[in-house]
Amino acid sequence: MKLTDHEKAMLDGHQGKACQKAMELLVRYAEALGAERFVDTTNVAGVPGSASAFLRNYYKDVPASNYDAIFSHFDLDSDELIEVPLIAVHSCHLQGGVDPENWEILGASPAALELSQSREAFIAERGVQILKTCTPYLAGNVPARGEHCAWMESSAVIYCNAVLAARTNTEGRESTSAAMLTGKIPDWGLHRNENRFGTHRIDVEIAVESVMDWGMLGYFVGAAVEEAIPVLTGQYAQPDLVRFKHFGASAASSGGVEMYHIVGVTPEAATLEQAFGPKQTVATFTYGKAEQRRIYDDLNSKATDPDVDFIMLGCPHAAIEQIREVCGLLAGKRISANCNLWIFTSRAVRSIADQEGYTRVIRNAGGVLLTDTCSAIGQVMPPGTKVVALDSAKQTHYLPALMGVQAWFGSTTDCINAALTGRWNGQRP
Amino acid sequence: MGTIITLQGRKVVGGLAEGAALVTRQTISGWGGVNAMQGTVIETRHELRGQSFKDKILVFPGAKGSSGWSVVFHMTRLAGTAPKAMIFNEMTTKVALGAVVMRVPSVTDLDRDPLELIATGDWVKVDADRGIVEIHQSSP
Repeated sequence: MKLTDHEKAMLDGHQGKACQKAMELLVRYAEALGAERFVDTTNVAGVPGSASAFLRNYYKDVPASNYDAIFSHFDLDSDELIEVPLIAVHSCHLQGGVDPENWEILGASPAALELSQSREAFIAERGVQILKTCTPYLAGNVPARGEHCAWMESSAVIYCNAVLAARTNTEGRESTSAAMLTGKIPDWGLHRNENRFGTHRIDVEIAVESVMDWGMLGYFVGAAVEEAIPVLTGQYAQPDLVRFKHFGASAASSGGVEMYHIVGVTPEAATLEQAFGPKQTVATFTYGKAEQRRIYDDLNSKATDPDVDFIMLGCPHAAIEQIREVCGLLAGKRISANCNLWIFTSRAVRSIADQEGYTRVIRNAGGVLLTDTCSAIGQVMPPGTKVVALDSAKQTHYLPALMGVQAWFGSTTDCINAALTGRWNGQRP
Repeated sequence: MGTIITLQGRKVVGGLAEGAALVTRQTISGWGGVNAMQGTVIETRHELRGQSFKDKILVFPGAKGSSGWSVVFHMTRLAGTAPKAMIFNEMTTKVALGAVVMRVPSVTDLDRDPLELIATGDWVKVDADRGIVEIHQSSP
């Protein structure tokens, strides 16, 4: 690898032990990738110091604070214990922990809340922004075009690259924690111009309009191209932020898509020629009615029981317009006594929902607006949940495997109808 | 004794390991796809669902899914359920970081497709520093 003098100085320990250990990990990682150099990153999104019960217990005998121990040995994969200093570059914490306002609803113990808050204080004192969301771009962290980022969270990564034209690979916890201390990340993959062009073509032959439509299209695209870069052409209305959010989250779950182009829509794809650049089309896929129905049936293959007891919205974390939509559907009604309705969002968006009165509307209908986590990330559902209704293909992909429940997938309206009646009556497209 | 085949590739993480192969043609999801405490694949429709990779030579196309990939495989090292080595085709940041923090010998960019040549149960030796994979095929 070619290291700059500044990087060599960090590696030699001239910027302190923590920086040295972070650089050692980044060099091992860059060599594993086959990268030749680092880029300077100015925007890092990770989950520094995240502490599961397993990790807390695993490092409980280390003679230091549990957070320093976990950060040293797990985040930085260092055999030496270090004291965590102030971070070097603008960084935020993604989803995790428990909602400090609604921890009891989430089934957390007072001890779990205290732990979540003390860990939060630890990283906040070191300069990390506590956004606590999978959608940092909805909570004030909107990278500039071309900015080198080091982000975790596959749904945020794909948004960052495709919609914002900033640059990040799908980083992990260890690489983002190391990047927070050093401002360095391997110059590999999507940081480089030549790797951002499309490779696979998707001809969209049916109208793709609703958020649900975009979620299903994303699920199809991810399964079709896996880790490749799809280029979409065909019939679609201009998607808004929510549609991009659901399309990307789906494509990054059924496959490993980190970048895509929609011709005439996304910033690096004014034309088909620009989207592919010098690349040859590896394969072309067609998305028509048959494919859409296959995806719908596939997503709904894990449910048989129409009696729904839990409705979870906000994957990825709900935008304010989605919360407004839910409030419109709930207006004046109460959800079924047999159901729980949880909607997850970021703290930033909830503060807007509070001001608008949406939080109260949801509460009055028998639901709740929650922050920081979701059912998959927190592995938390109301006690006794057996059948879930979801409007997110991503959450539908994960929840049955993680929690052993049945899951129905449909539109937000289908989900709110299920909440009001206790019955799933989703409409097959 | 079956046939012995040698492949040449590139080191991802150095070291030596040998063991029985566990092969899949499907990419592996870490977070949400693997139970780290048990070292098993849990993804609903995965062909390895329910199978353990503990102490196996894991042969697979690459990583997919959540950015929690490295954390899940990192945890397998702590829980003692990690594979002995990894052989894969598609380099991604997920699999690179996962291999680094799992600290198991890993190779990629092999001169022939390991998914074609290695079957589950074959005895495989990985010399990751030299990028060499030696396959002892159990059946021709």
